[in-house]
Amino acid sequence: MTEAALAPVLEMRGITKRYPGVVANDGIDLDVRPGEIHALLGENGAGKSTLMNILYGLASPDEGQILIGGKPAAIAGPSDAIRRGISMVHQHFMLVPVLSVAENILLGEEPMANPVFVDRRAAHARIRQLGRTFGFDIDPDATVGSLSVGSQQRVEILKALYRNANILVLDEPTAVLTPQETREIFAVLRQLTREFGTSIIFISHKLYEVLEIADRITVIRRGRVVGTRQPAETNEDELANLMVGRDVSLTVDRGESSPGDVVLEVDALRVNDDRGQEAVRSVSFSVRGGEIVGIAGVAGNGQDELVGALTGLRKAAAGRFAYGGHDLTRASVRSLMDNGLAFVPGDRHRYGIILSFPIDDNLCLNDYNRPPFARGIIRDEEAVDRWADARIDEFDIRTPSREVPAGTLSGGNQQKVVVAREFSGDTRVLILDQPTRGLDVGSIEFIHRQAIAKRDAGSAILLVSAELDEVMELSDRILVMYRGQIVAERDGRAADREEIGLLMATGGRDERPAETAEVAS
Amino acid sequence: MTDAGNSDQRELEQIPAGPDAAAPQARIPPPQSKSLWGRIIQVSAVPIAAVLLAFVVGSIFILGSSLLTGRDFDPLLPWIAYSSLMFGAFGGLNPIVDTMVAAAPLILGGLAVGLGFKAGLFNIGAQGQFLMGALGAAYVGASVAELPTPIAMTAAVLAGAAVGAAYGFIPGMLKAFTGAHEVVTTIMLNFIAAAIIAYLVAGPLGAEGFAFARTGPIGNAALVDVPGTRNLHIGVLLALLTVPIVWWILARTTFGFELRTVGANPSAARYAGMRPAVVTMTTMAACGLLAGLAGVVEILGVTGFINTSYGTSVGFDSISVALLGRAHPVGILFSAILFGAMRAGAPEMQLDAGIPVEIIDVLQGIILLFLAADILVRRLFRLRVAGTGVDELQTVSRSYGEQAPR
Repeated sequence: MTEAALAPVLEMRGITKRYPGVVANDGIDLDVRPGEIHALLGENGAGKSTLMNILYGLASPDEGQILIGGKPAAIAGPSDAIRRGISMVHQHFMLVPVLSVAENILLGEEPMANPVFVDRRAAHARIRQLGRTFGFDIDPDATVGSLSVGSQQRVEILKALYRNANILVLDEPTAVLTPQETREIFAVLRQLTREFGTSIIFISHKLYEVLEIADRITVIRRGRVVGTRQPAETNEDELANLMVGRDVSLTVDRGESSPGDVVLEVDALRVNDDRGQEAVRSVSFSVRGGEIVGIAGVAGNGQDELVGALTGLRKAAAGRFAYGGHDLTRASVRSLMDNGLAFVPGDRHRYGIILSFPIDDNLCLNDYNRPPFARGIIRDEEAVDRWADARIDEFDIRTPSREVPAGTLSGGNQQKVVVAREFSGDTRVLILDQPTRGLDVGSIEFIHRQAIAKRDAGSAILLVSAELDEVMELSDRILVMYRGQIVAERDGRAADREEIGLLMATGGRDERPAETAEVAS
Repeated sequence: MTDAGNSDQRELEQIPAGPDAAAPQARIPPPQSKSLWGRIIQVSAVPIAAVLLAFVVGSIFILGSSLLTGRDFDPLLPWIAYSSLMFGAFGGLNPIVDTMVAAAPLILGGLAVGLGFKAGLFNIGAQGQFLMGALGAAYVGASVAELPTPIAMTAAVLAGAAVGAAYGFIPGMLKAFTGAHEVVTTIMLNFIAAAIIAYLVAGPLGAEGFAFARTGPIGNAALVDVPGTRNLHIGVLLALLTVPIVWWILARTTFGFELRTVGANPSAARYAGMRPAVVTMTTMAACGLLAGLAGVVEILGVTGFINTSYGTSVGFDSISVALLGRAHPVGILFSAILFGAMRAGAPEMQLDAGIPVEIIDVLQGIILLFLAADILVRRLFRLRVAGTGVDELQTVSRSYGEQAPR
């Protein structure tokens, strides 16, 4: 904040926001200069989202003020924020999948040819022109649901540009992208700042990305700004320590693994997606006990369907899979669990956790009907309570009590609830689907350690992740999945990051990027 | 993150600070109050406020209707009307008995709808299930009318419950196997039930020797009075006993847990090894059983027979009762008593204040309106309200395009 050469376009001064029992923002100062990419770093629950919600008018600060272009601004709501040139691209895209690109971009801002009809032609022309400026090759008439995740994100950014945003907030924009897509989006962001003078607030957990893209980095911990750095004068270790408030190891020491017998065996498995299209095309592989096999791939290349079949949520169309030679292809979820399956689902709100249920019920969601949690048809509340308290303690789930609804926890703690449930007990096969999506470094470190411990205890672990780093860090072997097939296998310790990234994007056959892969997520 | 030194400074990450605060798909309930009383107040604030508001708005209707009928303007008229309503409902032993007799079928019917809400099902079919239960009880009751009282009563009650359960099972099965939405099927089954009664009572199940088509006298199958009371039949006791039983099933049994899990999140239920289709069928049968019992209590305790044009609004009032009770058994008990009291006290109100009994329907309608517009009520009273797990209104408004659980 010393070299204030340019007057900031946005200043947040002394922002304080209290919620019952917690100060989410405690006197936060943040200033953003024209054409600057300002990264906001912090663990989940550190107060980033609250701060951005205040900026976007979704919450009002208890103290402090916001200055836009030097003038105090009381932002009444999202539409007011948009009018003032602030636009937000959420981590969970706010797009309507069944509408076209153009319709999504226009939503709420339709140019009217007359009081009744939308001026489609003018709108399309503007969208094409915006797209051309940034080298986005996007068809305004394409249905958003049919686009790849990377393209959907560009639609979000186009939406912001269409609204003439000069302050763009990006909430974890790279969480779902391949390294190549990330590079492309970075190029776009740089172009935006250079040619249009747009200011960007960039929220991320990935330290190396922040170092690469940001002009300045502000770190928030427990509602306070703990430091602002220039990328040139800091490094990943310092940023991580600032974020967490103690030393963290960014890469878990995975140690040596000593794989035993084959436990999970998948043989020529074929699985259809919801529309009846073949999404998994004859996939075969095996996972040994005491081994982590990682599946790398861009989201939507059949991983969801593969995991669905292996966990009994989806029926396989052909082929088989077995645990220790025991065929379970047609087994129910319950019978798979009885055979030693544990599963951390990718979509934790959909499959992993019941937001309205208290934590203790969530911690025994799979075992609610067997001892010690139930005798006959009667549930044993005391056993549930004892179990819950022990798990909350062991897995460091930060909660006021076991009685609060799981939905009141932060994302990291929700995931710890799922992990605590699935990692406790005898596990033969452990399937981890995006186990750390959206989590902060502290939680990621914790969950990775737990996974390694599970491996060392002899479980066969299948890790599916769109985060290439995660796959690279944990896996003993890496399989690359592309368009429903395993296109490559690499040794986890010797694999080359760039090569895997390229295999993910192209399947290793041609150099064409996987732009139009049949994607859904 | 496991070092104990950190534990004293644990930050309690609250909802708005969470990373998913902006995620639209996350339905996050507000923070819960710690004490039981605090929680009760949080949950019941909106229903109580809705009732109070309805009485306020209802007084406008009372004043308006008095003007339209050419009476002098009396600003105290609503007060007179409401106090005579209350007197007619609770002013003495007999009024209280009347209230409870009117409340009994509403308690059972309300539970039938409320149980469905907990499982994410909108059982509009309580009306049809009520009618089928009533038919079963009336016919079997007439058939066993000569048997000793305990046997006759039990047989008739069980018969009505069984028929109601079977009738509830049908939409459950249709949903489980074909994905047909229960709102559509139960509405159709309501009409079908009325038609079945018209046919069977006029034909095969009708009794000889009456001026109009009806079932025979139920004789010994009639529900006897609770010992030491007059006119308070034991059906009321049955209804009151059902409340803790349903609560216990929901809160303490594995089936109740499955039911609530399926209601809150069918996908997570599947992944937890539950079978949503089975839970749906079982729940709908249980709903049918409860609604059928409501019909049983009404027939064996009050009317004694069923005719071809048997009319009742209990099935539909039950929906209001369940919504007002926020689908909680205890809430349903209180709202059923309120609705029963309004039914029982209305004649007194008409007598004393000259207000037509139909104003009761208006009041019920307004209560529902305020429940549906609970954001308005919360704004007016500045309430912060806790979620109840499954939001009943959300079940009501959930889209039909949704995939059926399997």
